[in-house]
Amino acid sequence: MTKNEIAISVQGLKKSYMNIPVLTGVDFEVKTGSIFALLGANGAGKTTIVKILSTLLKQDSGHATVNGFDVSAKPGNVRESISLTGQFTAVDEILTGRENLIMMASLRHLSHPQKVAEDLLKRFSLTEAADRSAATYSGGMRRRLDIAMSLVGKPQVIFLDEPTTGLDPEGRIEVWKIVKELADNGTTVFLTTQYLEEAEQLADTIAILHEGKIIVNGTLGALKKLFPPAKVEYIEKQPTLEEIFLSIVGKKEEI
Amino acid sequence: METTKNYFFSDMYVMLGRSMRHILRSMDTIITVTIMPIMFMLLFVYVFGGAIQTGTDNYVNYLLPGILLISIASGVSYTAYRLFLDMQRGILERFNSMPIARSAVLWGHVLTSLVSNFISVIVIILVALIMGFRSPAGVLSWLAVAGILTLFTLALTWIAVIAGLSAKTVDGATAFSYPIIFLPFISSAFVPTKSMPGPVRIFAENQPVTSIVGSIRALLSNQTVGNEIWLALAWCTGIMLLAYILAKRAYKKRL
Repeated sequence: MTKNEIAISVQGLKKSYMNIPVLTGVDFEVKTGSIFALLGANGAGKTTIVKILSTLLKQDSGHATVNGFDVSAKPGNVRESISLTGQFTAVDEILTGRENLIMMASLRHLSHPQKVAEDLLKRFSLTEAADRSAATYSGGMRRRLDIAMSLVGKPQVIFLDEPTTGLDPEGRIEVWKIVKELADNGTTVFLTTQYLEEAEQLADTIAILHEGKIIVNGTLGALKKLFPPAKVEYIEKQPTLEEIFLSIVGKKEEI
Repeated sequence: METTKNYFFSDMYVMLGRSMRHILRSMDTIITVTIMPIMFMLLFVYVFGGAIQTGTDNYVNYLLPGILLISIASGVSYTAYRLFLDMQRGILERFNSMPIARSAVLWGHVLTSLVSNFISVIVIILVALIMGFRSPAGVLSWLAVAGILTLFTLALTWIAVIAGLSAKTVDGATAFSYPIIFLPFISSAFVPTKSMPGPVRIFAENQPVTSIVGSIRALLSNQTVGNEIWLALAWCTGIMLLAYILAKRAYKKRL
């Protein structure tokens, strides 16, 4: 595989907070233009990985490159290539939707911020609400604005940290649609989620982060093969990803 | 990194525009900041004033500098508040994962503090004029007063930045301002220090507010300023530099 086909490459990534290890050697690669889902329980370190890859946090050891740039050596180039949609919708609630987008376009030093904002408002069906303050938006609208703000300047790699947490089912399906469209247009999407169904629905590749390491990494099909096949099959039911996950991390909960 | 440096001023301009919108759309913050000092001014002039012996016939003239400092001290707490919210809502992370000059984010908040405190100061001076404040001072003296107040605002604003960045709750972010608001009461701002008992008097005469208030009072009444102004400038500059260094450190720690 040539370098350009790899959007994100992570090798031996380690990070501790106050001597408590969070990441103990994380390795994975993300293909350009694919949707990569990082799956893990709350507190598994998903956000830590996102923060390191988006240059907000420095790793203790190991290497990470995004769009071919080392995150520690060339953070400026990495920031040019990415955008981050954090766990909490980071929209300015006092500004209107339009003003939020214009602000992002100005900060990305684009030449026609008004036009960029107008186009994104239309694409995310926010034109009607464009001139209302974001405080009046519903949760789903806020998330749409949040993601629209991330798309300003057409970054090559987009990080979505738990993009559907706290959204109602409708909002969730909307976000899924957006994510699929992004990947169809060649954008690399790095997604973290605790919803197994979400990974199953969206991701080309799924990695499971558990106790500081990636314990499984592959396509949904490959992951399903990892599940111990039953010798005698009386039922047609396929194992869901949820069952795979739980069997791997050794939990015996009722589903 | 070179490229992002060049955008410092345009990025800061965007940030300033953002927080100025915050102020203009929530005028209640300016009213809150302005009303308390005005109430103090009314209270001291019309209730306590008759009993206070300052050796001047115009108590409003005597009191105004201290009132201005109180208004600035309560005004900067909004900087801490806004910064804290930015941090909590992930807006700082969003900005810092973008190819912008990171320090522009802080400077935007600091400039906003200067502008909003300037507005409050003007309003209070107008009210003081109605209450009988008169000054024979010329343009140069007024400029010197503006300079001292600017330095004082900058010093307190950088303290506010530290508080906003290191606080864990909204209340914690603004609590730092209470002792600062209280400082003018134990100074020559309202009564001459001569009337105070020994240890209190020593504190009052040697704390920054007394020299700042004394310098402004002398400038506004066209008296010779003497060494006091250098002491005032040294206090403001010293506090400002120390707070600036600590604020920068707190900001780095947050990234």
